Amino acid sequence: MTTEPTRTHAIDMSSIGRDMQKNNLENEETCIEVKNLNLFYGAKQALFGVNMKMPKKKVTAYIGPSGCGKSTLLRCINRMNDLVDDVKIDGEILLDGANIYAKSVNVADLRRRVGMVFQKPNPFPKTIYENVAYGLRIQGINEKRILDEVVEKSLRGAALWDEMKDRLQDNALGMSGGQQQRLVIARAIAIEPEVILLDEPASALDPISTLKIEELINELKESYTIVIVTHNMQQAARVSDYTAFMYMGELIEFGNTNELFTNPTKKQTEDYITGRYG
Amino acid sequence: MDTNHADHHISHQFDHELADIRTKVLTMGSLVEQQIHWAINAFLTGDIELAEQVIKHDVQVNQMESDIDQECIGVIALRQPAAFDLRMLIAVIKILTEIERQGDLAKDIARMAIHLASDSGRVDAYHELHHLSDMVNVMLHQVFDSFARQDIAILAKMAGQDENLKLEYKSIVRLLISRMLEQPRNMTRTLDIMWVAKALEKIGDHACNIGEHIIYMVTGNDVRHIGETNTGFCHSCAHLLELDKEYYLCQLKDAVLTPSEVEKSCPDYEKKL
Repeated sequence: MTTEPTRTHAIDMSSIGRDMQKNNLENEETCIEVKNLNLFYGAKQALFGVNMKMPKKKVTAYIGPSGCGKSTLLRCINRMNDLVDDVKIDGEILLDGANIYAKSVNVADLRRRVGMVFQKPNPFPKTIYENVAYGLRIQGINEKRILDEVVEKSLRGAALWDEMKDRLQDNALGMSGGQQQRLVIARAIAIEPEVILLDEPASALDPISTLKIEELINELKESYTIVIVTHNMQQAARVSDYTAFMYMGELIEFGNTNELFTNPTKKQTEDYITGRYG
Repeated sequence: MDTNHADHHISHQFDHELADIRTKVLTMGSLVEQQIHWAINAFLTGDIELAEQVIKHDVQVNQMESDIDQECIGVIALRQPAAFDLRMLIAVIKILTEIERQGDLAKDIARMAIHLASDSGRVDAYHELHHLSDMVNVMLHQVFDSFARQDIAILAKMAGQDENLKLEYKSIVRLLISRMLEQPRNMTRTLDIMWVAKALEKIGDHACNIGEHIIYMVTGNDVRHIGETNTGFCHSCAHLLELDKEYYLCQLKDAVLTPSEVEKSCPDYEKKL
């Protein structure tokens, strides 16, 4: 009697091509929505009618030449521009559907939800432990057990725990630049924000520290929505899911990073990313 | 989008490197065009010396493939090209493989020429191959022209030529089969001629592949397997689609193939709106 040979591991044909599904902005859940945002520094307009939807738990990168408004736009997301004299902003930014420029919004609360890391690492002249615990302490949390737990979790989150666990009482200013930058990120995530804004986080670092920060960004996007401004296009290409190209205060093109870097739709984007005269 | 990529890079050195690669690809293309031309001539006329030249020059073709490959890899590693520049380098690397294969086929035709000429000393006119080789020459010329000008409108003319080439090859096969039946004594010889016809048809195939790489380079659209199987993937939801081959051929002729058109033929299209 002959039996029909059976294949136990038939290839699932339906799986072929499934990976081809591209990351598409329309399929993403929106975290931050910018609606018709105009910004003036005195009489000079810096942002012109910016509209965009930044997806949740993804990395969005802003690229563009100096002075194109990328940092200005980033700083709008946690209202850092409020601190600048003579700034006028109209339009809306919705964080989870609520306008952050509404009168009822408490700016300190907003900044707890939207953390920010700057170009130059700016640790406080305190111990490593106190740097990370600082955000909790000003919230009035002083219980050692909770602080220990949060410090360890945050330092682990910032890929710094293994290096620093025996030096927690050392002064943070004695750390290297790359370590300081990761410490600042640990300080930012200690208060569990929803969004982390990174303004040129790696531009003052050496290539290895830069790669560590990039690796960290990749891990952080599991839990946070990340928006990053960078002058380094390759960095934007490596770390981000979506890229926005800005030029002279306008958002020129916003889309899937892979697509934008291989086949941009706008001539200005193509000229910028390939390094041509605009 | 504007497909004129002649604007200069801020780094002139980068411009030079890309221009250098383009020029070298065209040089290699012309060399292979000449190789094919010589190989066919050697075959048709029984010129053993010319055939030996072809075999000798194949080394150069191979060397050029490795050299240009190395240059592309260097540019990718050092310049991190993007957009059109990146697509061009990737297309070039693939085009090189196709050109090199064409060179190999030319060499094989040359070998066959030597074999047939020295075998009996008698030289046929091989009239049946004239037309086929002319068609291949025209196709080769068109693809390299299109590469040099980054103009895919030239390729649109090629869409039908590949079909014609196949038809021509089939009619040669029919002719040779009837000849084999008439003169079984010359069977080996006739099979060799058939082999040369097959090589020419393959050279045409490679020319078409080069055309597809050029379309990718200029537009960013992958058209390699379109129309072959009548199926394709929707660009936005990866739905496997049955596609109308005619539709695609006419799209190719207009040389505008937009993803959105593909999405419209997806059954989920209405739902997505």
